Amino acid sequence: MEKRVLFRSAWLPWLLLLPQMAIIGVFFFWPAAQAILQSFQMEDAFGLSKEWVGFANFAQLFQDESYLESFYRTAIFSVLVAGVGIAISLALAIFADRIVRFAMVYKTLLIVPYAVAPVIAGVLWVFMFSPSLGVVSYFLERIGYSWNFLMNENQAMALIVMAAVWKQISYNFLFFLAGLQSIPKSLIEAASIDGAGPWRRFLNVQLPLLSPTTFFLLVINIVYAFFDTFGIIDATTHGGPGQSTTILVYKVYLDGFKALDLGGSAAQSVILMFIVIALTVVQFRYVEKKVQY
Amino acid sequence: MIDRRPWLDVLSHAVMILGVAIVAFPIYLALIASTHTAQEIVQAPMPLWPGTNMLESYKEALFGSGKLGSNTDLVRMMWVSFVTAMVITVGKIAISLLSAFAIVYFRFPFKQLCFWAIFVTLMLPVEVRILPTYKVVADLGLLNSYAGLTLPLIASATATFLFRQFFLTVPDELVEAARIDGAGPMRFFKDVLVPLSKTSIAALFVIQFIYGWNQYLWPLLMTTSEDMYPVVIGIKRMVAGGGEAAIDWNVAMATTIIAMLPPAAVVILMQKWFVKGLVDTEK
Repeated sequence: MEKRVLFRSAWLPWLLLLPQMAIIGVFFFWPAAQAILQSFQMEDAFGLSKEWVGFANFAQLFQDESYLESFYRTAIFSVLVAGVGIAISLALAIFADRIVRFAMVYKTLLIVPYAVAPVIAGVLWVFMFSPSLGVVSYFLERIGYSWNFLMNENQAMALIVMAAVWKQISYNFLFFLAGLQSIPKSLIEAASIDGAGPWRRFLNVQLPLLSPTTFFLLVINIVYAFFDTFGIIDATTHGGPGQSTTILVYKVYLDGFKALDLGGSAAQSVILMFIVIALTVVQFRYVEKKVQY
Repeated sequence: MIDRRPWLDVLSHAVMILGVAIVAFPIYLALIASTHTAQEIVQAPMPLWPGTNMLESYKEALFGSGKLGSNTDLVRMMWVSFVTAMVITVGKIAISLLSAFAIVYFRFPFKQLCFWAIFVTLMLPVEVRILPTYKVVADLGLLNSYAGLTLPLIASATATFLFRQFFLTVPDELVEAARIDGAGPMRFFKDVLVPLSKTSIAALFVIQFIYGWNQYLWPLLMTTSEDMYPVVIGIKRMVAGGGEAAIDWNVAMATTIIAMLPPAAVVILMQKWFVKGLVDTEK
């Protein structure tokens, strides 16, 4: 789509684009190209010598049990974060949509976690669930449930899922509420006249009309679980116990900056890039279908 | 609502109260912890009602001396976070406004290519290009500097798209009117387009300020000097050092509360634009 009326200048548009292009050139494309290049090279830890190795880094990754496991854990983690987060937020939005009194107070309190940094969310959840001093772990012990996320792999996973969901509820909630409020009142009224109760109206009218929002949030939440949860993991489990909470982005960091396996880490980055590209393409094709130019 | 069902209204309020209680609990707990002494907190279960040590905790958090694994004071860390968040926010909005203006209002060769080049950066979050980006910043000598903290995070495909989308809805008659009045492109940009974009700018301000304030992985890698730590790194270091009993949790939680104030204030005060911004970026 283009404007009917345009300005004419041979140099001005370039000047306007210059800052953006300079930054994406230096800090996006150059490093991305380096990552791709590096993923085909083997380099020693001090960067003294490089060797072209083709797909060896990738082949090695896919034979590496800990990488495959990390892939699998990332999948479980993101499905849980997206699924649980979307379900809770949808429920909250449905009830918030019915409410007139105090609606503003509830909404304000519910959006506060959006402002909290993931790493601070991690700190808060460790504080509540720490085996020795956490309030929640204390009460869990009292009712006979032994809680120690530093030893138990499933509990560690549960903790990062809870912290990640908590952080993302505000965002999902706002989208669902906006979605619900944009559904024409006349549709709901028509369903009412046909004798549909609140539950039926939700299932047959509101839910189908919310499906685009839900799909959009699914993609956003998966991307969030993949990348933005780094701070949560670094503040709670450090990827442990064992490897049980080392998701892909944490592994890129561990292998690249802690273990200094540059080629392997670059290969992992490239794989992550492909995942983001796939997700973005899915989202974009869907958005294009929905938005009419 | 359409039908009156008192029980459903009661249920709605009950669900909202339960939801708010769960969502607010971690923050409530941090607030409570910051009002007790360190000894009171480590006795399980920690008290769930406010204590009397509030002033001391916050004083220690603000002006305390290197007791918490970092020699940098909180005021300095808050300043670093503030400058970083502001530079990222203003930088993103400025370069996105300019590039969206160029893409929408001019015809020039390789326009589509530029457009796609910006779009592709959506797919390259800093986390996936972390090592090479670190190397670029190190080679440019930008480690431990504000430029290094902000520049790699400034490019913004999202903001460019939002502005492009908005500019496309601005009526062509405005350009014609500006032309007849003898205004050049930059004049039109400054006097017509930017004022019209106020709402989008406000929304983006909220979103990008939070984004900048909450950065963790990037500053973690590229700041080695303590006086360039943003506050979220400072908090992480406070609770990471030593065993759990050695941490002064009351001070750590007071620091956490202080660190959450600016972004929380921005979100709450600008709620309306923030929601509009979130919902608009969906397009």
